[in-house]
Amino acid sequence: MTGAKPKTKSKTIKSGGLGQLLIPLTALAILVLFNLIRDPAFFSIEMATNNSGNSVLSGNLISIIDSASALAIISMGMTLVTAACGGQDISVGAVGAIAGSFFVKVIKAGDTITAGSVILGMLACILATIAFMLFNGTLVAYFRIQPMIATLILFSCGRSIAYWINGSATPQLNSPIIQAMGMTIPGIPIPTPIFAVALVGLILWLVFRFTNLRLYTQSVGINQGAARLNGINPPAVKLLSFALLGVCVAVAAVIGVSRLGQLNHKTLLVDIEMDAILAVAIGGNNLGGGKFRLVGSVLGAYIIQMLTTTLYAMNVAPVNVKAYKAIVIIIIVVAGSPVIKSRLTAMVNRFRAGRVAAAGKGAE
Amino acid sequence: MKRREPLSNTQLLMTIAIGIFVAMYGAAMAFLGGGFLRFQQVFDLLNDNAYLIIISCALTIVMIGGGINISVGGVISLTVMACALYLNGTGIENSFLSITVTLLLALGIGLAFGIGQGFLVSYLEIQPFIVTLAGMFLSRGLTTILSVNPVKVTHEGFQALVKTKIQIPFLGYVAQNGNQIPAKLEIGAVVAIAVVVLSYLLLRFVKLGRNIYALGGNQQSALMLGINVRRTRFMSYVLSGLLSGLAGFVFLMHKPAGNSSVAMRSEMDAIAASIIGGTLLTGGVGNVIGAFFGAMILATIQKIIALSPLNESWWQEMASGVLLGFFIILQSVVLSSREKRRARKSAAGGVRKE
Repeated sequence: MTGAKPKTKSKTIKSGGLGQLLIPLTALAILVLFNLIRDPAFFSIEMATNNSGNSVLSGNLISIIDSASALAIISMGMTLVTAACGGQDISVGAVGAIAGSFFVKVIKAGDTITAGSVILGMLACILATIAFMLFNGTLVAYFRIQPMIATLILFSCGRSIAYWINGSATPQLNSPIIQAMGMTIPGIPIPTPIFAVALVGLILWLVFRFTNLRLYTQSVGINQGAARLNGINPPAVKLLSFALLGVCVAVAAVIGVSRLGQLNHKTLLVDIEMDAILAVAIGGNNLGGGKFRLVGSVLGAYIIQMLTTTLYAMNVAPVNVKAYKAIVIIIIVVAGSPVIKSRLTAMVNRFRAGRVAAAGKGAE
Repeated sequence: MKRREPLSNTQLLMTIAIGIFVAMYGAAMAFLGGGFLRFQQVFDLLNDNAYLIIISCALTIVMIGGGINISVGGVISLTVMACALYLNGTGIENSFLSITVTLLLALGIGLAFGIGQGFLVSYLEIQPFIVTLAGMFLSRGLTTILSVNPVKVTHEGFQALVKTKIQIPFLGYVAQNGNQIPAKLEIGAVVAIAVVVLSYLLLRFVKLGRNIYALGGNQQSALMLGINVRRTRFMSYVLSGLLSGLAGFVFLMHKPAGNSSVAMRSEMDAIAASIIGGTLLTGGVGNVIGAFFGAMILATIQKIIALSPLNESWWQEMASGVLLGFFIILQSVVLSSREKRRARKSAAGGVRKE
């Protein structure tokens, strides 16, 4: 009996740390396993030469991680807004289009595309996105409007603003710098957007690891009144979460524009808000705010992209992918639902209790 | 003298919405004239937006219960496509029977989505946004699986139904050649108005409706009052599913063709209509009459911009965005100022008592 006690204790601690990630990790594992059984060559990675003559890594795995980049970055920002405000921003796609417009507008202002103009464009794009996101944030933090309603405004008119900024339908950006940003840098075989995800992830991780911001964000999300009484300024925390989401959206928009080398205000980051919210939910975060894990949301983004790529590999027509995606999503959220979870926990506990009792009997 | 009860928040917001609708329509009559001076314009707004009015009611019911349903647009597209395919596949010998079956098919699809989503939300306690997002993906995906290409209804009986219009002579106008042209109202518009009235009665006088308000207002107290919270929430989703199926049928009666992009983003329009009409996303507050006027306001903006020199889709989006922003901020300001005044009043009252 004495031997069994610390063992169960360490187990509960372990499951507490992993608990939230259990569902996304399982889903990812099942997807990987399914693909391995279906086609062992699915995950093969090889060196190939791309159109511009650089040798790059290619394969389904690389393309999944690469094409999920924008989604992964936005879902990190979305996680913060969800945690602090208890609601989601549905304007990220539209604001992304505005960000792309600013980026292209500033770059196109000069005659040639140089590294300097690209950096200037990125700065303008980030500033503009932060400004638009602070508009959302002000409505949420000071006017106390539900995030989904507040962001419905930019959701419905954001793409029109993007069109208004640039005028013409699809400005082109032909430059090796843009190509290097959207695809690969010559000499480095890994697509550049993957580095962008790593960079954003690293910065956010450092911020939340070494400051009190995680604590502040979570306490505002869990109980705003209590947070205020403890000296935290809830509106400021909410505004900050929107500003961080703005930076994420700007980076994602730059990736989106430079990947295609052109700007289409109608299709840039279209419908990404839904996928981002989905990624947050699949990552085990509570959409009602409070505790959050950024890793979960990133995992969620990769799960969504892997699902899409798997369906394409199975020759499902692109227009029909949504239906199959919906079924898998339902399975994942049902598995992660509170009712099923508590049933499972009860079952595991009963099993464990039985084992402990049996062990105790054996010792006697 | 009997003291008048102060307006409740939802009534106040609804009154503002009605006021703005009347003001906007009046301004359109004064500055644009033309079509807006004829009564037919009101009927046209109703005819074109009957489906939007119905799903706005669906959204209002769910939002009063503290939930959300973003699958309504997808369910409409699936219903329209399925019904169009069924009508083209069936014979025209007994058109009454085939139209009845089509209506049942539409309601059945809506009901199936309502039951499925209601079960997942209320009995498995999954977040409604995610469940109905999956519902939206599923319904849109099933629409394209049924047919990628647009399907036009060729069924003659149904064509006749589409052309059936209720003519009201005394609201009509006299055309330039002297002919009296009666005002025309489509069956779909009548259905939409009936849905508004019935949902209003349901929410106001039927036990289920009162329970939905209680549930949205405070789930804990609703539970304490002995309300079956889970079943009430389930029923709110079933109702909204059923209404979106009906909206699909009404849509088909207005535009008899299935298409994968039917009612695209109409869920957001419906949410906007509900909010403009005074429904709060937090639940417990709202009114379908307000949602009706919210939908009419959105429809009027579209019409005004279509008739004005700024007839471009991006102007239209911009205008509705700005107007939505105005409404949302107005609501927030009105509600918070009332709250403050009430707090001040009750504080003053407390002092006087002592």
